[in-house]
Amino acid sequence: MNATKPPTETVAIGTIAEPKSGAIRGLLRAQSFQILLVLAVIIVVFSVIAPDTFAQWSNFRLVIQNASILAVLGVGMTFIIITSGIDLSVGSVLVFSGVVSAMTMRAIGGDGWGVATIGILVSIASGIVWGLFNGFLIAKGKIPPLIVTLGSLGMGLGFAQILTGGVDIREVPLVLTTSIGYGNVFGTVPMISVIALVIVVIGGIVLHFTRFGLHTYAVGSSEIAARRVGVKVDRHLIAVYTLSGALAGVAGVLSLAQFSTTAIAGQSQTNLNVIAAVVIGGTSLFGGVGTIFGTVIGLFIPAVLQNGFVITGVQPFWQQVAVGAVLITAVYVDQVRRSAAMRGNSQGLWRKFVSGGRRG
Amino acid sequence: MAVPVLEARGLSRQFGHVRALNEVDFEVFPGEVTALIGDNGAGKSTLVKALSGNLAVDSGTILFDGKEVDMSTPSAVSALGIETVYQDLALAPHLDPVQNMYLGREIRRAGLAGALGFMKTKEMARASRVAFDELGATVRALTSPVGEMSGGQRQAVAIARAVHWASRVVFLDEPTAALGVRQTQNVLETIRRVRDKGIAVVFISHSMPHVIEVSDRIQVLRLGTRVANIPAKDTSMEELVGLMTGAVTRESAARPASATDGHPAAEETTR
Repeated sequence: MNATKPPTETVAIGTIAEPKSGAIRGLLRAQSFQILLVLAVIIVVFSVIAPDTFAQWSNFRLVIQNASILAVLGVGMTFIIITSGIDLSVGSVLVFSGVVSAMTMRAIGGDGWGVATIGILVSIASGIVWGLFNGFLIAKGKIPPLIVTLGSLGMGLGFAQILTGGVDIREVPLVLTTSIGYGNVFGTVPMISVIALVIVVIGGIVLHFTRFGLHTYAVGSSEIAARRVGVKVDRHLIAVYTLSGALAGVAGVLSLAQFSTTAIAGQSQTNLNVIAAVVIGGTSLFGGVGTIFGTVIGLFIPAVLQNGFVITGVQPFWQQVAVGAVLITAVYVDQVRRSAAMRGNSQGLWRKFVSGGRRG
Repeated sequence: MAVPVLEARGLSRQFGHVRALNEVDFEVFPGEVTALIGDNGAGKSTLVKALSGNLAVDSGTILFDGKEVDMSTPSAVSALGIETVYQDLALAPHLDPVQNMYLGREIRRAGLAGALGFMKTKEMARASRVAFDELGATVRALTSPVGEMSGGQRQAVAIARAVHWASRVVFLDEPTAALGVRQTQNVLETIRRVRDKGIAVVFISHSMPHVIEVSDRIQVLRLGTRVANIPAKDTSMEELVGLMTGAVTRESAARPASATDGHPAAEETTR
């Protein structure tokens, strides 16, 4: 109205100055960085205890290779959990896609790239179909994601067993197993891990730098806010679940290549392992927060723990105990931070313990 | 200002047995602050929802610039240059002010990068800063999530967003309800600035002093009907409270606010 800027404005607004750019902040913010420190500590501890066995490239290579398939699934799961959803069906979709792919390749016959390419496409297509199925029921049918994907978890596995009669298919084209399964890049980096890394990097770029990623955060942060400004929330949810399905299809092929079998019974814990990794990595189950980087770190904590326990002679069952504790701690930290943010960032962790109240 | 930028005629809406809106008339003129007041349950929020494309009415017409237009979806209404600041602000708490400002209307890069969904982040940040500065709201923390900001800061972001995109009408639903004295003064100041840009402001509030301070025209709702439409300078706090509670009736509600504009909706108000 007039030229004099109200002096109160500068008091009320804009007291927090933050010079960092949005992209870097988005990547390094929050829990994923703390978790990286935890991982570093674990690696250092095991390296000190067992320098000759644990701290060897051959050992790290093994850990990385074993985490690769989970990393592919983790990318899709991160997107979904950021929208405050969940996908329990990834393991089953992986198995189903692998089975359909293996049956298709067996029917065509041969060991060349031609049949392998068809198999890869069939597996991804199968994953996309499952993702669309989940997405439509969640977005349009308004059925909670937990229930929809619990349903498709059972259905996917059931169909896979119906199709195979419960017997694993072991005929996988040789070219898949030799190039992707046992193949190496630069003579020592597993091919399967390189593929996973490419997917992780692309996933990270899409999540942190594109409109699609931004809308993923917006939907999880406040669905109403997103709807009111014209974000097509339903379409976005379908897209995110379809992405997760497609990546489960990719993981199905990688699994076929790595194990030369459909391993129908081998994926019963996969969904929970992936969800745990995503959550340990700082992605909030309540939506709106999360990074792909965090998910990758979150995958390596259980993997390194397991590996380290085996090498140092600790009963490997301790790994489950340790991962459980890390998981709960991660969610607790997220919870505290969330309620602090809701209160306007004025209260710290300590204050929460002391006051115990809802508002300060 | 002969033609109201936004005009509602005989809007009705029923929720079950409750008649939230009963043949309501309402008009908003450009460059004016119109206060919409009424007791709880008078139908203020319902009316705003109807006028911002978030609620379908059972009967009645809504005119924009004197013409009937499609106002059935929020995006159609946004395209007309009408924005609403909701009571709950409707910001995504985990996104920063710039991302909230441009959410759903991101500026894409040119060519392939744009098709892939890459955005002109710097350009959006620059434009947002200009928009905040224009309001005198020096939001410096353009990269902090709005959920971590104070109520006043969030309010500033929400209002700045609405003003940035609204070329014609801004609805402010209880914009001062959660604010302290100083922030409230800032919001009232902002309302005047927006009005001076020629944008119509609809200000919904329970606070009579604020209403009288900032409004040019006051329209009172009671039990889903407009019971008064009066220039702010012709009334008093006591009269407004009386009108809201039904203790006072004002025949002049039927009279158009400025007797010269001879508005057709005027005689319908007492139905």
